[in-house]
Amino acid sequence: MKEILQIEHLTHTYGAGTPFQRNAVEDLSFSVRDGEFLGIIGHTGSGKSTLIQHLNGLLKPTSGRVLLDGKDIWAEPKKIRSVRFRVGLVFQYPEYQLFEETVYKDIAFGPANMGKTGDELDRCVRSAARLVGLKDAALDKSPFELSGGQKRRVALAGVLAMEPEVLILDEPTAGLDPAGRENLMANIRDFHRNHGGTVILVSHSMDEIAQNVDRILVLKSSHILMQGTPKEVFARGKELLEAGLDVPQVTRVAMALRDRGLPIDPAVYTVADLEKELLALRKGGAVC
Amino acid sequence: MSTMIETKDLSFIYPAAEEGGRETVALRGVDVSIEKGSFVVVLGHNGSGKSTLAKTFNAVLLPGGGHVYVEGMDTLDEELLLAIRQRVGMVFQNPDNQIVANVVEEDVAFAPENLGVPSEEIRKRVDDALKAVGMSEFVTHAPHLLSGGQKQRIAIAGVIAMEPDCIVLDEATAMLDPIGRGEVLSTVHRLNREKGITVVLITHHMNEAEDADRVLVMDDGKVVMDGAPREVFTHVGELRSMGLTVPDTVALLYDLRQEGLNVPLTALTVDECADAVAAAIPTR
Repeated sequence: MKEILQIEHLTHTYGAGTPFQRNAVEDLSFSVRDGEFLGIIGHTGSGKSTLIQHLNGLLKPTSGRVLLDGKDIWAEPKKIRSVRFRVGLVFQYPEYQLFEETVYKDIAFGPANMGKTGDELDRCVRSAARLVGLKDAALDKSPFELSGGQKRRVALAGVLAMEPEVLILDEPTAGLDPAGRENLMANIRDFHRNHGGTVILVSHSMDEIAQNVDRILVLKSSHILMQGTPKEVFARGKELLEAGLDVPQVTRVAMALRDRGLPIDPAVYTVADLEKELLALRKGGAVC
Repeated sequence: MSTMIETKDLSFIYPAAEEGGRETVALRGVDVSIEKGSFVVVLGHNGSGKSTLAKTFNAVLLPGGGHVYVEGMDTLDEELLLAIRQRVGMVFQNPDNQIVANVVEEDVAFAPENLGVPSEEIRKRVDDALKAVGMSEFVTHAPHLLSGGQKQRIAIAGVIAMEPDCIVLDEATAMLDPIGRGEVLSTVHRLNREKGITVVLITHHMNEAEDADRVLVMDDGKVVMDGAPREVFTHVGELRSMGLTVPDTVALLYDLRQEGLNVPLTALTVDECADAVAAAIPTR
C-alpha cells in the first residue's frame, strides 16, 4: 500500500528565543498508509494537536518535512491552500465554528471556496449531508436551531463536502452521550469504508480507539512512545499505565485476571475477545 | 438523615423556539429526594431531562409545575432565591465559560465578595477552598494558563468559598481529558467524604458512577431507575434500550452469564470483576 503522508524528523518549537521556548513535537518520523484508519493517543500536552496541525499545513515545521503523496507540502508555500482541500481537519467542538444562515450554506462553504459551483457543489453538499445522516429537511434550517449532536454532524459534513483524501478528527465525540458517540463514529466508519479515505482519529477514549482503528500511534512528551496495531499496543498495557495513559477497561480486567493466575492473552482488548478466551479456558478446565 | 433537595411532581416545558414550533417537555412529574451528605450520579442520554433537573436544584430554572425544595425552602419563593443559591452551587460543562477574574484567588473570591463577607473572612475562605481542591500553589496564577481539569477545580473552589451544602456538577467532566476528569472526580469525592458536602454529578461516563452512593437514570423526562450503582448496572438490556451503555466489566459478566457461567452482574470494578471471573473459572 502506498504512503499518503510521510512525516520526517518533524520538530516544532513554540516561543523560540523566549524564556518559554519549548519543543511541542521533537524529531517525529512516521508514515500513514493510504486508506488506513490511524489512531493517535497521548495526554494533553503530549504534542497531538501540534502534530495534526502540521498535516494540513496550518503549522509550518521548525525543522523536518511533511510529505503528502510523496511531495513536500511546503515545497511551494503559495499552494498550501490546495493541501488543506486534500487533508481535512475537524477541530474539537467544531460546532462552535458554524456561522451560516442555513445548514446547506454552512456545508457548502468549503467546497464553494474550492471553486465548485452549480450541480457539482449541490452534489458535494448533499452527499456529505447524507453521509452524516442529516435529512434533506434539515438543510434549510438554521444550524443554531439544532441539538448539540446534530450541530457537530453539520460541522463534520462541512469538511466531508470537500471530499478530502485524508480526514483528521480531533476528539470528535467529546461531550456527546453514548448513542451520539456511536452514531458519529458510525458516520466516520462509513466515510472510511465507502470512500476509501484515510482517517486519523485523535481521542482520549481508549475504548473508541480500540474499536475503530487499524493502527495506533502513542505520543508522550513530544515523542513517539510506541506504534502498532491495537493488539500490539494494548498488550503493553502496563507501560501505557506507567506513562499516565489509560487503557481500555477490558485490558485492565485482562491484566487483573493474569495477576490472578489465569493465562489470558495480554493482547485482548475487546469484551468479545476476552469472553472467547474465558470460554475456551472453561472448556479446558472441564477436561482436566 | 435529613433531606437536601426534594422535588414534588416536578415538570418543566421549554417553550417553542419560534411561533408555531413545538414545545419540548423536559420533565414529566419527577419525585426525587436527595439525602444530605450523599453522592448521587444522574445518567441519561441527551434530551432525557437530566440537565434540566439539575438546573432546578438551585433555581436556575423554576418548576413549570410542582415544586423543588432545597433544605425545605421552595425555589418558587423569590424571597428565598439568594439563600437557596448559597446552599446549592453549580459547576457547568465548559471550564472557559465560568471563570470571571484574571487571577485565580480573585475568581474564587467572587461569590463571597458578592455575599458581603468581611475581607479577612474572604481571605480565609479563598485559601481554604483552594486547599480543598488541591490548587493552593496556583493562588496568584492566571486562570487562562491552567489546564481544563485545573480550571474546573478553580470553578469548584469558587463554589466552595460560598460554603454551600451541596454541589451540582452538570457534565463538568465532559470536556476534560482522562487526567483532568480524574482530578475533578477525586476532588468532589474528597469534599463529599471530608466535608460532608452533598454531590449531584451529572455525566455521560458510566464509569464515573462506580463510586456513587446512588444512581438515578433519566429517560424522557422521568426518573426510570434509582438505586445503588451495583444494582442499577445489572439492568443491562434496559439501559442499552435507552441509548446508554454499561461499564465493560458488567458487559463482560452479562455475556458470560448468557453462556451459562455463574458470575454476578454486581462485580462493577475491575478487581471485583476479575475476582468474580477467576472464581467461576477453575485454574489448574
